[in-house]
This record gives sequence, structure tokens and C-alpha cells, in this order.
Amino acid sequence: MIVEKDETIPVRTSEDVVRVRREVRERAVALGFGLVDQTKLVTAASEIARNTLDYGGGGELRIECLRDGNRRGLRLSFSDRGPGIPDIERAMTDGYTTGGGLGLGLSGAKRLSSDFAIRSSPGQGTVVILARWK
Amino acid sequence: MANKADTIISTLITRSRKPLLDEWLARQATMAGSGAIAADGDVKEYCTRFLAELDTGLAAGEVGDIRGAGWSGMRELLEEVSRSRAGKGFTPSETASFVFSLKAPLFALVQREAGDNAARLADELQSATTLLDTLGLYTVEVFQKAREEVIARQQEEMLELSTPVVRLWEGIVAVPLIGTLDSNRTQVVMENLLQEIVSAGAQIAIIDITGVPTVDTLVAQHLLKTVSAARLMGADCIISGIRPQIAQTIVHLGVDLSVTSKASMSGALELALKRIGKAVVERKARPAAEVS
Amino acid sequence: MDQIPILMVGDCLLVSIQVDMHDQLALALQDSLMTKIVETGARGVMLDISSLQFVDSFIGRLLNNIASMARVLDAATVVVGMQPAVAITLVELGLTLSGIRTALNVDKGLALIRRIIDGEEQAFDRREG
Ligand SMILES: Nc1ncnc2c1ncn2[C@@H]1O[C@H](COP(=O)(O)OP(=O)(O)O)[C@@H](O)[C@H]1O
Ligand SMILES: [Mg+2]
Repeated sequence: MIVEKDETIPVRTSEDVVRVRREVRERAVALGFGLVDQTKLVTAASEIARNTLDYGGGGELRIECLRDGNRRGLRLSFSDRGPGIPDIERAMTDGYTTGGGLGLGLSGAKRLSSDFAIRSSPGQGTVVILARWK
Repeated sequence: MANKADTIISTLITRSRKPLLDEWLARQATMAGSGAIAADGDVKEYCTRFLAELDTGLAAGEVGDIRGAGWSGMRELLEEVSRSRAGKGFTPSETASFVFSLKAPLFALVQREAGDNAARLADELQSATTLLDTLGLYTVEVFQKAREEVIARQQEEMLELSTPVVRLWEGIVAVPLIGTLDSNRTQVVMENLLQEIVSAGAQIAIIDITGVPTVDTLVAQHLLKTVSAARLMGADCIISGIRPQIAQTIVHLGVDLSVTSKASMSGALELALKRIGKAVVERKARPAAEVS
Repeated sequence: MDQIPILMVGDCLLVSIQVDMHDQLALALQDSLMTKIVETGARGVMLDISSLQFVDSFIGRLLNNIASMARVLDAATVVVGMQPAVAITLVELGLTLSGIRTALNVDKGLALIRRIIDGEEQAFDRREG
């Protein structure tokens, strides 16, 4: 697997979240993703970017364009140095929220991605990595 | 194996690139199946780029492993060649011959250059063979993948043709599904259906599965998700012709059971017409303006 | 801060969301819509999202909130024009917006609001067995 393009953008304001959506859409279009795939990626990115901002106190997004043989993919890594998630399994449950949301961000983003990984420990911050292949 | 850039091959590529290119092109023109290759107008450009990339790769000093960064341009070139030839209907061997046909002219040059140094010659030929074989195999590998992509695309196109969404009435579209549904096909058909709902401005979509013998859980899930998506867009779905086994699968899913279903397509159409405020009546009778 | 324009068509408020809203803008829209309903006595709210390229759980919750709050203020809400790709994604995300009435386009949306106001249709999503 080859990383063809690699870029990091900040996630510190709600305007940044809008920019995340725009950048992810542009990359997905450039890689030739279809409209449904684009929309799934952008929506997953929007969910996790908002979490990074609202719960993680801000952080950054690394966008990587991947190639594996003929397959093209996009990998998004969100990281923050916020309070972390004490119980990841619980946080991944549909409907679980500590912030008055719908509790569908993490679980939904996972359903919208081909690969999904989350690393977090209290006090250490959170890293969420998701990828989607064409 | 020689691992340094100061091998005979790399010297040759740098110094005698023009004669090597001419020799190689001449070779390809006389080969079996050369008709198709000659018809490939890009062959000269490809060969020129190949030699340039070979130079770059060798200069990076990675002879044994073409996965390194030094060979990224070469890999891209071979992918381009493979994809283009796969698209033009070349066979795998015609495609790989692009690389393998370089062996003869290159080896001839190497031999001349090495003179009587037999040990050196053996060593050089060995590493050149390994390298060209690796590149050739890579071409075949990519070619096969590209072929698979072409086939998959053709299947998808056939799929779209084989399951057309029809406009039954103003405001009513229908898709009659026939045969076994796999998850992929269902997804394509369903996306088409949703798109057609928008283009036709259809309030009601009938999904007729009379011709579907059985569905697995994943397919049933796709069907139900389509119903939900249509509802979000402002259209209602009616599923008609559900067989007992399929009903069981759907019930077992235990999800959203608020799906409207009818035993037959005609029952579904009748309900759909009623929903949009229309009814089929006898010629002489006065139309009853029924609203559901 | 930019604002999303709210139009009045008959006794309905019409909002066409054309831009990718950041969260505060979305919340501001919710507030000004509620104020407008009270000010004008509007009986219906139509949210045209045909230009919107995604709906995530935040926007989904916003649509839900607008619909329930408007209902309390005796106005019916209809969301119109959701694109197929957006709808497919929203379902996968896990949101069905079951409390909201939807229509394919503005015309059909206005007709639906009319029927809801006249009591011919329910303000809630219709669910059939
Ligand atoms: N980056 C993060 N840092 C700390 N906690 C987080 C982070 N992301 C998610 N969480 C926790 O996981 C919960 C579930 O997140 P999510 O599924 O997005 O739902 P919601 O955003 O609606 O609360 C959040 O309520 C929060 O407690
Ligand atoms: Mg969230």
C-alpha cells in the first residue's frame, strides 16, 4: 500500500469542521469516488471532526490518499489531546452521548467506513482513524 | 546479485538508450501478435518512458525490489500500459511481451559490453533477468486486475440494463426484480430506483420481487434501507410479491417492519393509484375521487 | 455572522439551505425560525435541502428539533428535496428522522403542508403495517 498524498489540517473551530468536509469531498472526487461513497466519507468525517472539536477540545486531521494495487482509498486520522474516552465500547454504542447529541457519531461513522479504528485513554486524548476504499 | 548503480545495464541504459530503443521497437514489430501491438499507437512513447524509468529505478539502486520509491514512476507506467491494453482487448501475454521483448536486445548489448568477462556477464544477465521478470510479472498482475475491473464494469452496465426502473403512471415508478439478488446487484438497482424517483418526481415506488426465489439477510437489509431512504426523500415504497421464505428473513431481521407490502404487482399498483388519488374505473361509471 | 434567509409564502415559512452551515449558523437558523413562526403566525415550515450535500447527526437533530418545536407552536414542518446519496448515507448512519414529514420537491411539499393544515394528513410520519 502506498500513500500518495498526505496533508494535515486543523480542527479547532466550527469553520474548520466545514473545511474538513470540503477538503474530504475534494479528495474523494479527485480519487474518483462515486457520489454515494463521497457522501458517506464526508458525513463520517463531519461526525468525527465535530467530536474532535466538541469533546476533544480541538485537534487535527491528517488526510492520506492511498493506493493498493488498483484500489484507491482515503484515510482520515483525527487526533486530539482532550480528556479521552473512558469506555470506548460504550461510546461506540448507538445512542450513547454525554453531550446531548444523538449518540450516532462514532457508531455511524464506523458503519460509513470500510476500516475504522479508535484509540483513546483518559487524559491522553483520542485518535480516530477511518478509511474508505473505492 | 549486483545491487549498485554502476552495473553494465545502467551504463547501457544511460549511454546507448537510442539504439536500444530502436532495437526494442523493431523487435516488438516483428513479434507474434504484432498486429495488435503495432496498432497500439502509444508503444513508442511507452518504450521511451520505460527506458527513462528503468534509468531512474536503477539509479536509486534497488534492483531486487520494485516496490521502492525509486520505481514508483515505473509502476505507474506499467499500470498505465496494462490498463490501456486491458481496455483494448489485448491478451495477458501480448501485454507482458511489452516488457519481455526488451530482454533480447538488452542482453545482446550486455554481452557485447562484458566482452570475455564470463563471471561478470553471468552476474549481469542474472540480475537483468530477475529485474525484467519482476517488471513483466507486475504488468501481468496489474493487467489481470484491470481486466477484472473491466468485467465488473460490464457486469454493472448489464445489471442496469437488466433491471430497468419503469414509470408505470405519473408519480409511480416500479422495478421488477428477477433472479437471484446479491448484495452488489441490490445496491446498484436500489440506487437507480432512488435516482429515478427524483427524475420522475415519483411519490410511490413499487419494488416487485415476485421473480426473486430467495434473499439473504444482507439483501433484505438493503431492501429495507432503500425503503427508509425513499421515505426520507419524500416517496413511499410498496414491496410486492414477497415469498414466504423472504417474509421470514425480513421478520427475523426484526428491524423496521413498517413496510407496505402487497401480494402482487397489480395489488401494489392499485394501492399506489389510490394513494395518489386515482382509481381505475369501468368506462361508463363516473370516476370516484378517492383520497386515501 | 451570515444568515440563512427565511421567506414567507402564503402562511408558510420557506427556508432553502444552500450552503454548508457551520454548527452555530445552524443553531441560529433554528432560533430565527422559531421567532419568525411566532411573529407571523405561520402554519407551516418548509425546509428545502435539495442543495445540501450531506446530513450528519447534528443536522439531523436540528431538523428533528425544528419539527418538534414548530409543532408546539402549531406549525407543520416538511423537509423537501433530500438527494438520494444523502438519504442512503443518513440511513446507514442510523437516522430515519421518523418524526418528520418529507416531500420530493417544493411543490409537493407545499401541497403536503396544506393537507396537514387542513387535517387531511398527519403532521407525523405516516407508518403503515
Ligand atoms: N474526541 C473525543 N474525546 C472525548 N470524548 C469523546 C470523543 N469523541 C467521542 N467522545 C465521547 O463519545 C460519546 C459518543 O460520541 P458520538 O457517537 O459522536 O455521539 P454524540 O456526539 O452525539 O455524543 C460522546 O458523547 C463523548 O462522550
Ligand atoms: Mg458526535
